[in-house]
Amino acid sequence: MKIRIKFTKTGTMKFIGHLDIMRYFQKAFRRAEIDIEYSKGFNPHQIMSFAAPLGVGLTSQGEYLDVSLLSCDEPKIMVEKIKGAMNENIQVTGFHFLSDNSKNAMSIVTAADYKVALKDGYAFLSKVEFEEKFRAFYQQKEITILKKSKKSENQVDIKPSIYHIGFELDEFSDKIGQRRENTVDISETYENDVKIYMQLATGSVNNLKPELVIEAFCEYAGLTFHEFAFQVHRMEVYAEKNSGKKPTEAFDIERKLIPLEAMD
Amino acid sequence: MRKLALSDEILLTIDKPARYIGDEVNMVKKDLDKVDIRFCMCFPDVYEIGMSHLGIQILYDMFNRREDTYCERVYSPWVDLDKIMREKEIPLFALESQEPVKNFDFLGITLQYEMCYTNILQVLELSQIPLYAKDRTEEHPFVLGGGPCSYNPEPIADFFDFFYIGEGETVYDQLLDVYKENKRLGGSRKDYLEKIAQIEGIYVPSFYEVSYHEDGKISSFKKNNNHAKDTICKQVEMNLSDTFYPKKPLVPYIKVTQDRVVLEIQRGCIRGCRFCQAGMIYRPIRERDVEFLKSYACDMLKATGHEEISLSSLSSSDYSALSELIYYLIEEFNGKGVNISLPSLRIDAFALDVMSKVQDVKKSSLTFAPEAGSQRLRDVINKGLSEESILKGAMDAFRAGWNRVKLYFMLGLPTENEEDIEGIAVLADKIAREYYTITKDQRNGKVSIVASTSFFVPKPFTPFQWSRMDTAEEYLVKQKFLRSKLNDQLNRKSIKYNWHEAELSVLEGVFARGDRRISKVIYDAYKAGCLFDSWSEFFHNELWMKAFEDNHLDIAFYTSREREVDEILPWDYIDVGVTKAFLWREYKRGISEKVTPNCRRACANCGADVFNGGVCYESREGAAL
Repeated sequence: MKIRIKFTKTGTMKFIGHLDIMRYFQKAFRRAEIDIEYSKGFNPHQIMSFAAPLGVGLTSQGEYLDVSLLSCDEPKIMVEKIKGAMNENIQVTGFHFLSDNSKNAMSIVTAADYKVALKDGYAFLSKVEFEEKFRAFYQQKEITILKKSKKSENQVDIKPSIYHIGFELDEFSDKIGQRRENTVDISETYENDVKIYMQLATGSVNNLKPELVIEAFCEYAGLTFHEFAFQVHRMEVYAEKNSGKKPTEAFDIERKLIPLEAMD
Repeated sequence: MRKLALSDEILLTIDKPARYIGDEVNMVKKDLDKVDIRFCMCFPDVYEIGMSHLGIQILYDMFNRREDTYCERVYSPWVDLDKIMREKEIPLFALESQEPVKNFDFLGITLQYEMCYTNILQVLELSQIPLYAKDRTEEHPFVLGGGPCSYNPEPIADFFDFFYIGEGETVYDQLLDVYKENKRLGGSRKDYLEKIAQIEGIYVPSFYEVSYHEDGKISSFKKNNNHAKDTICKQVEMNLSDTFYPKKPLVPYIKVTQDRVVLEIQRGCIRGCRFCQAGMIYRPIRERDVEFLKSYACDMLKATGHEEISLSSLSSSDYSALSELIYYLIEEFNGKGVNISLPSLRIDAFALDVMSKVQDVKKSSLTFAPEAGSQRLRDVINKGLSEESILKGAMDAFRAGWNRVKLYFMLGLPTENEEDIEGIAVLADKIAREYYTITKDQRNGKVSIVASTSFFVPKPFTPFQWSRMDTAEEYLVKQKFLRSKLNDQLNRKSIKYNWHEAELSVLEGVFARGDRRISKVIYDAYKAGCLFDSWSEFFHNELWMKAFEDNHLDIAFYTSREREVDEILPWDYIDVGVTKAFLWREYKRGISEKVTPNCRRACANCGADVFNGGVCYESREGAAL
């Protein structure tokens, strides 16, 4: 049976890269004696796929992986079982059954919510200045950045990939039309309170990293961009509700995003 | 959140930050206010190597079972972090508490190979602990060493407060109890050293003085403190089934060298290969009870989630309950996605049966370690592996579908001549010829043979401890000669040849049999920039050569010199059980090409029976060959 697991990645675990997180889960499932299905063949491996791998340095409360189990207990019991084999910085928060014909998490991701917070100890704008300047930055018709690939450099407009922004959780919740609980990440301990919430295009078709938005902002505002000055925290990952159906008109289609855990 | 010693900025700039954050699964957490003793265990190489070491896992478990002690870990920071730590003067920290090592009571360093010596100085310097033991004060931790290289600790003696000669399970409790007692009584650093110098197995180098003849040989080795012992007796754990072994080993986040459960099935070896230090210093062979191993295998796999289990020993085929253990593991785990890896197994019918059950035939290759190319030279080194058994083993495997063979040899063994070297090429070719006797439709493509040569390095407490070692130039001549002989073979295209660097081996030879004067050379080379010497990309031979020159020490004196029977060797004050008389007897037998049977066939009276157990007291009736 197909299962979707939601988990957090916080604290020191942010330094563990995606491939090692995969290995971590494989071992944790074995420790928890989860009846996971193995692929056939010479090198059997656990059937497992992650949605939108998180970069090193980022924290999250909205990570997902899909697994295939041969047998299992009720979700509540399963969450406890897996928790028992986990570290406090990776916590399982959801366990959902999927229908057999559901698409895997990786292929349906289209957007994600982020909180980007300024770490203490960096010279930067005050909260008021930041919000004011960022609003002006966001109100531009186009936000073009130079995207460098190995072969070429391209001017890209990232504005259409920024779906929503907000400076307070309530404001952001209203805009995205979903209630977000207060987050429990490291940024809550920062004193400067400079932060921004963003909903961005994510996934294999169109992907915008929050760091890139901040970099573009710094350039716009004439500020030096410090690569490590911001803590990025992913809050949720979404799929398109009607994924698979073609939009009738490219521009006026309303995005219907639902969290991956609400899919079936 | 746990506070880390390094900032985000540093951790996100360096390679593999997971090396420095700790918090691995099964890491021990303790309340620092409730412990009396803080012990930092160090493997002086990069995390991935250090985390693969079984000994530290055993000691980590053992120390942490004591309520009054918190044992943490530290490894060598990789060169990227090393640079940053020096620039920003960040003190080296332990992984568990992330607190500076300099605030600990002990820094215990395991000495697994000679080429890590400069890394020891790196760990000390980054920890902001004086490099020389004589410069340390009451505020510094005690720096102690243990492990195989402590069987001749002289080249690094000046950097250590004391060494622990033997297996860790035995007298550590005493060391810690005495430490607490000494602290309670307000005793000094020296008081502590004087107290522990009386414990068996503890060597405090500063309590001894060495003088030298004009020709550089040792004229005397005398104690200068009455608390010190005349000889240091190696400590061994005689009951391996009734001792410490971690049921919950640490599980790293990143892929380490030994990313698997390691089950040590026995210690020691019955074989008596004359070049092998481990085979001599870990005598007598002691087995763990098979029921103990079965239950630990289950517990450890459960507690780690590892998908592989590996049996560890010097020669697994000699473990008396091997087939029972392996078939149990296959039965219990092989269907559950657990790989079983079996190093140090002689290739015979049993091994092939097991390998076909546990391994993907297409991927694995067979490994033989004949060590020498001719039967004559294999007799000299007492390697009981005949050409006939290699060819038969290979042929059986070829018939079962294998087509890849790895062969390990040494160049520069005592009495070696051109025929012996050529024998390596001939043997490799013979194996290929065997393969091609199988009809084309029965065999699995082309055969691939990889022959590797390392350079023989004489080690203390082996019959060859008196031997001359080749110079780097001599080694290179031999390696080229072998290369040309391999090219002469019919099946040369099926044979790949790998070799080790000669200069590194020569240096290893100096450290293996060096005396106290070498400490200064290591210090100077380190200060000149030598670090991670065992990593060929960081090895700077010219810096080492200059350090020897500056100190007026001659490499050839330590390596390319045959020693006399009555010469005082730098490690003579250590008693490993195996007697010098036995080693000399074996040396002479080796030179005259006489084979000595293994311990189970006949006792060679090596002296290890003083430990009152193990194979020395087994009944030899009906013993295996």
